[in-house]
Amino acid sequence: MAAPVLRGCHLGRRWALACIDGGSRHGRVAATGFTSSGKRGQSFVAQQPLITAQKSKKGEQKWAAVVGLEIHAQIASNSKLFSGSQVHFAAPPNSLVSFFDASLPGTLPVLNRRCVEAAVMTGLALNCHINKKSLFDRKHYFYADLPAGYQITQQRVPIAVNGSLAYSVCVGKKWRQVITKTVRIKQIQLEQDSGKSLHDELRSQTLIDLNRAGVGLLEVVLEPDMSCGEEAATAVRELQLILQALGTSQANMAEGQLRVDANISVHHPGEPLGVRTEVKNLNSARFLARAIDYEIQRQIDELENGCEILNETRSFDYKLGCTVPMRDKEGKQDYRFMPEPNLPPLRLYDSASLPAGADLQQVINIDQIRERLPELPSETREKLIQQYGMLPEHSFALLNEVGLLEFFQNVIKETRAEPKKVTSWVLNIFLGFLKQQNLAVNESPVTPSALAELLNLLDRKVISSAAAKQVFEELWRSKGKTPSQIVSERKLELMQDEEALERVCHAVMEEHPQVVMDMKRGNPRAINRLIGLVRKATHSRADPTVIKETLEKQLSS
Amino acid sequence: MWARAVWLGRGSWMGWRRGFTSRADPQGNSRVTAKVIEHLERLALVDFGSQEAVARLEKAIAFADRLHAVDTDGVEPMESVLEDRCLYLRSDNVVEGNCVEELLQNAHRVVEEYFVAPPGNISLSKQDEQEPFSHN
Repeated sequence: MAAPVLRGCHLGRRWALACIDGGSRHGRVAATGFTSSGKRGQSFVAQQPLITAQKSKKGEQKWAAVVGLEIHAQIASNSKLFSGSQVHFAAPPNSLVSFFDASLPGTLPVLNRRCVEAAVMTGLALNCHINKKSLFDRKHYFYADLPAGYQITQQRVPIAVNGSLAYSVCVGKKWRQVITKTVRIKQIQLEQDSGKSLHDELRSQTLIDLNRAGVGLLEVVLEPDMSCGEEAATAVRELQLILQALGTSQANMAEGQLRVDANISVHHPGEPLGVRTEVKNLNSARFLARAIDYEIQRQIDELENGCEILNETRSFDYKLGCTVPMRDKEGKQDYRFMPEPNLPPLRLYDSASLPAGADLQQVINIDQIRERLPELPSETREKLIQQYGMLPEHSFALLNEVGLLEFFQNVIKETRAEPKKVTSWVLNIFLGFLKQQNLAVNESPVTPSALAELLNLLDRKVISSAAAKQVFEELWRSKGKTPSQIVSERKLELMQDEEALERVCHAVMEEHPQVVMDMKRGNPRAINRLIGLVRKATHSRADPTVIKETLEKQLSS
Repeated sequence: MWARAVWLGRGSWMGWRRGFTSRADPQGNSRVTAKVIEHLERLALVDFGSQEAVARLEKAIAFADRLHAVDTDGVEPMESVLEDRCLYLRSDNVVEGNCVEELLQNAHRVVEEYFVAPPGNISLSKQDEQEPFSHN
């Protein structure tokens, strides 16, 4: 795995240089060097020096940024990691709290089987080595939403290590070029979530809700192989899709089911890594890339002004669009890790090592879990490309919207139109309408069957392309009507009557002798004018190609 | 064992693995400096209010240091006394919770079914602001 990773890293830095240098953080202009080489969808291998084309700031050395991520994903389970209270997003405060969650004396942790399975599934999907023996530890710190004063986590020997996550970055305009990058996964560990604090500044108090305390989390640690906000955001997005496909987490950032902390540092290429800062509170997909890029630029500015970077923890302020130091951090935290005395080591088995006569409820077989792994997003995309001949960027777009793939597949099932047509309609027109009105796929007024029927009409040349768009608009606006109904109501059928069309063409040519003269002289635009006139005369009910043929036939006769 | 974990825990926030091997002073020097006391008080929220308490701590460390007498070369450290036990796996069913009244009974102050806590962490005052007592 080393070779592709190194290539990815090396390139990543170059690309990041393109991102960052000369203040062109957002500029894809820098990446034009890439578009001329490398085929679509394959790992990028060209070595051309990109930066010589770049303007440098006052002839200073280039900067490279290094970004690592710690991602916490809430496990989708019915009950919590170590207790039997419910996991649910919105509930009355402290109603989903057991005695153990509230850390009352005499309570003990009991591990939830589903959480272990979720961790193993995620580890396998991310190509990790699953540790057959992993350990639980206590991480101590004081905060009101951590009633026990410690968090049970896996610091020494986590459940999965040494994996990788592949993601694709699109460079150039309109996602033309797709490059695959890899980020190494250091480890995946099981840990408890803390409760929620609501700060009441007015009355100088904090309100504590422990509903979330004890919920199982998967912490996925990504090595610092990324080099800018865009790459980090894309990696997070891909991880989100994988977790959702596996069903191990709903990974909804808005509901706090996926939280990201970033470790960021900058250095000159060839020199040792710089001091890193940790940026917390990156809880929105939209602001993730922005926050990371801001911090990178801030560090570059500080260093170029001769200041030092402090190894500190910062928070992203959404309103101001910048990172600010977090208060409450007095020097380095000392978490006083110790083994969790109440939990023996977690042992996992595979088919070879499964003890005979074991209680199946009490053992976890890694091989069995591997067999049951569902299809991952990368596989799904590959299948779409193979089966329907669609472009990679289209497969990304289809998987990027919740429910869109299913919609697409339902349309394909019921229509005889070509897959390319369906892809184009779903991604351009259907998605366009959804976005305009800010709707989710499941809120769409147009059903897959309706769209399938419409595309069938189009395919059979019952209506023209322009008419189809009109019908679609009508379908969107008024529920309950089928495409066929709308077509007949608004008389949008293409003229099937050849003779009638010939008559119209003839009439139009009579009315515009000048244009006919131009056409005879060979002016190519003249015929288009005639076609336009005929179309208007037939109220757009004639197919432009057929009009052209008819006109040419009449002209030559 | 707890005292030893505390002593080695200091400054090793990165590497638990580094903690156990041979960090401790082989001479068994159990003088505990003022800086360490301050650090411990902050971390564990204990109050070493007097010289007597510090002396007791030093004696406890010296007592634990006698473990050095055992030759542990080539022996795997024991993680816990439970290491040969089976870890019980619970099925993912909801069987607890829904006892908000009982839980809030213990709270000093509540606001509409929330526990009430002071804002953020209250920082401990610095060493020099406290009642001074000599540590030599």
